[in-house]
Amino acid sequence: MLDLSVTELSAALAAKKVSSAELARACLGRIGKLKDLNAFITVDDAGALERARRADELRAQGKAGPLTGIPFAYKDIYCTKGLRTTCGSRMLENFVSPYDAHVVEQFTAAGAVALGKCNMDEFAMGSSNENSYFGPVRNPWDRQRVPGGSSGGSAAAVAARMVPAATGTDTGGSVRQPAAFSGVCGLRPTYGLVSRYGLIAFASSLDQAGPIARSAADLALLMNVMAGHDARDSTSVERPKEDYTKALSLSLKGKRVGIPKEYFGDGLEPGVRKAVDAAVAWFKSQGAQLVEVELPHTAVAVAAYYVIAPAEASSNLSRYDGVRYGHRAKEYSDLVDMYCRTRAEGFGAEVKGRILVGTYVLSHGYYDAYYLQAQKIRRLIARDFEKAFSQVDFICGPTAPTTAFALGAKTEDPVQMYLGDVFTIPAPLAGLPALSIPCGFDENKLPVGLQLMGKHFSESLLLGVAHAYQQATDWHQRVPTGTPL
Amino acid sequence: MKGWEIVVGIETHTQLLTKSKIFSGASTDFGAPPNTQASAVDLALPGTLPVLNRAAVECAIRFGLAVKGTINRRSIFARKNYFYPDLPKGYQISQYETPIVQGGELRIGEKIVRLTRAHLEEDAGKSLHEAFRGMSGIDLNRAGTPLLEIVSEPELRGAQEAVAYARALHALVMWIGICDGNMQEGSFRCDANVSVRRPGEKLGTRCEIKNLNSFRFMEQAIEFEAARQVEILEGGGRIEQETRLYDPDRNETRSMRSKEDAQDYRYFPDPDLLPLTVGEELLHQIRRSMPELPEAKRQRYVEQGVPVSAAALLVASRDRAEFFERAVASGAARDAVANLVVGDLAGMLNEAETTFSRSPVTPDDVAALQKRVADGTISGKIAKDVLRAVFNGDGRVDQLIESRGLKQISDAGAIEKLVDEVLAKNAKQVEDYRAGKEKAFNSLVGQVMKATQGKANPAQVNEILRKKLSR
Repeated sequence: MLDLSVTELSAALAAKKVSSAELARACLGRIGKLKDLNAFITVDDAGALERARRADELRAQGKAGPLTGIPFAYKDIYCTKGLRTTCGSRMLENFVSPYDAHVVEQFTAAGAVALGKCNMDEFAMGSSNENSYFGPVRNPWDRQRVPGGSSGGSAAAVAARMVPAATGTDTGGSVRQPAAFSGVCGLRPTYGLVSRYGLIAFASSLDQAGPIARSAADLALLMNVMAGHDARDSTSVERPKEDYTKALSLSLKGKRVGIPKEYFGDGLEPGVRKAVDAAVAWFKSQGAQLVEVELPHTAVAVAAYYVIAPAEASSNLSRYDGVRYGHRAKEYSDLVDMYCRTRAEGFGAEVKGRILVGTYVLSHGYYDAYYLQAQKIRRLIARDFEKAFSQVDFICGPTAPTTAFALGAKTEDPVQMYLGDVFTIPAPLAGLPALSIPCGFDENKLPVGLQLMGKHFSESLLLGVAHAYQQATDWHQRVPTGTPL
Repeated sequence: MKGWEIVVGIETHTQLLTKSKIFSGASTDFGAPPNTQASAVDLALPGTLPVLNRAAVECAIRFGLAVKGTINRRSIFARKNYFYPDLPKGYQISQYETPIVQGGELRIGEKIVRLTRAHLEEDAGKSLHEAFRGMSGIDLNRAGTPLLEIVSEPELRGAQEAVAYARALHALVMWIGICDGNMQEGSFRCDANVSVRRPGEKLGTRCEIKNLNSFRFMEQAIEFEAARQVEILEGGGRIEQETRLYDPDRNETRSMRSKEDAQDYRYFPDPDLLPLTVGEELLHQIRRSMPELPEAKRQRYVEQGVPVSAAALLVASRDRAEFFERAVASGAARDAVANLVVGDLAGMLNEAETTFSRSPVTPDDVAALQKRVADGTISGKIAKDVLRAVFNGDGRVDQLIESRGLKQISDAGAIEKLVDEVLAKNAKQVEDYRAGKEKAFNSLVGQVMKATQGKANPAQVNEILRKKLSR
């Protein structure tokens, strides 16, 4: 049962082969058994069972939808009324939001059963989940390795069969990279497609909520709940609702697949290259046309991102001042001292570093040289994609240049860590949708992620292509060797 | 101060008359218990986002149109970053590089004062330092209240001109209905940038004076500040650019912070808000809903025969002008009723600390009164008494004239009889008059009027007296 996909569980629930309560208990049992992975910050046993009971009631009344009774988990960046929301930080260790995020409201209305809140890099800043105040998450394929980040807890929980699905957020790759490292599927939607209301902000112009699951079909089901206009987010887009499951059966014949040469350069690990090449070859075998495209500003995307994201973060995180909620230093001499001690104690090293960088690049005399320059690069990157999408239907490449690395391997060298985001950063800078699906394993038996990037609002196409691939392959169904069922 | 020119520019924070806050749905009502009008957005809870209130945008556009400024079709909200306990987000959402209104002008008498810009922003909360021993209280009711910051060019010369500008601006924002103008509650707050120079020289170093919460304080503060600067310069010193606080109790300005302490606000475009775009349709709609503006009204009144001085006073506020127009619509003669409105009635209302919109005397009353003067039923002097009686709620015009027997005596026979009596009793004055003392004539008129409790038609009394005396 734990190995079933959302789609399969939905059918089993509908056929009354299993109840929501049974499912919830099974998942909670698995979560308890795999505590050492540290995938969860908060597990809400009592609340989950209550939600499952209500889901069963709804079903009995004939009011069940596709996600009614489906167990899942939130990244701990989604505000949940009554259940603490830490954002992986000591600053919010005991923070309980008085309201639900828009996405949480949507899942609640759909009758889905939230089991708890997943571990993450503090304030979503990180690519390894080693920056959590609540400790690192371990990769289910190899406990000595990172699961990726910042949605590392969500990806690990889905990979280890604790939940069939989870939510994440993606600012520079935080859904796709952990999905790749953990051997699961993750979608970053077009900017504005999912409301940011109630997601704790990291970098507002880049943050997007996205689903993590074990198949493209499951991602489609989750997107049907998550996507939609919300007047409380001014950047939320007003457009007709789509049924993402409808587009799942598509043919690759005649589809033009963009292969950006910048994504297949020297930095790519051989094992990753081999798996991605094989996937590309499969597209060709299905009648797709491979087109070499150029994304010439890929190399400077990381630099631009690590100016823009910290700049916005430095401002977004100013509200954590100890005045109204969250951590406040116990002893201080005056107001400034209260601010300093509160923030020194409440934030971890990576967050402090990015606040410093962000404050610096927005400062008088540096703004033009850094922030404005980075914005110009951002526009150039968007133009690169526009040009490429005038020639192809979607772009295909690796999600990350490497597979999951060892815990602690990059913690001393943040630049090396940042460079690992080179393939996931361009799409957010251009506001484009992108997803990652498993496409094989490297020589260490670690999963490799295949990334598909599309035009704005081309989620249906991306999910359809991924689904076609998953009909022909079983990489996404492999159970992690470190957490056998 | 001789040989010095005072240069002033004014920045005004105008609280906009919207029901809810600029970026949240919380109410903007004044005076609620602390923190009862602060929503999740106002508290800057994690995950909350701002949503722009269109009503605030409309207020800004109304102002822009009223001062003939440029309405930027695309303006940008920016974050002004600084830490303060009553600033929940750690930044204020304001407009920096591209404000919604650029340029514009305001007329004060014969002078045209140019405006630099007007931009939308949110207010902060309040820190309460009293009543909390060793601690400060924070009230976030005001946090997020919409403000329009209006900046003038440094074109005002002296304290009086600065106050005239502030008064004209105050009247205008109330006229176009975007601000209640309540200075006590902080709805209209001015800061003055003051510098001095020898005429013809380039602008001197300025100091910004804060806490000018009345026109009187503004005048005093600018005068004090200019004198302080002149004294320093005449003593061979230099003015340091700084922000100073006006203390009305001591009538002095004190240094708050110097330029060296000036914070780097790290402005950048707010990524949570899209650029504010103003479409042709909205602009058109607001243009159509604009009231006739004071200056246009004033010119029209003058063209219609209202005395120039009265016309200027009639447009001091919208309710005053409306009162006047309603009286005219009820059949009153424009010139006469204008004087009645800006003179006697304005005086009474002022004395009673009330306004034209709450006047116990209606435009119909004023029209009726003016008609009774014009048709000779009562004299102008009696009219003032009737107005006072109506003001006091004693009754309506015609009813009062009737019941109090205030009708003017225009019966020539009756007046002649009275004149004869007065002449008989005042032989000395008659003699004086005939000896060329004009004053004696006035005294005789006064006696006749007194005998009728002021009801005799003064013109007739004059005429008959002259006739009799010339015999």
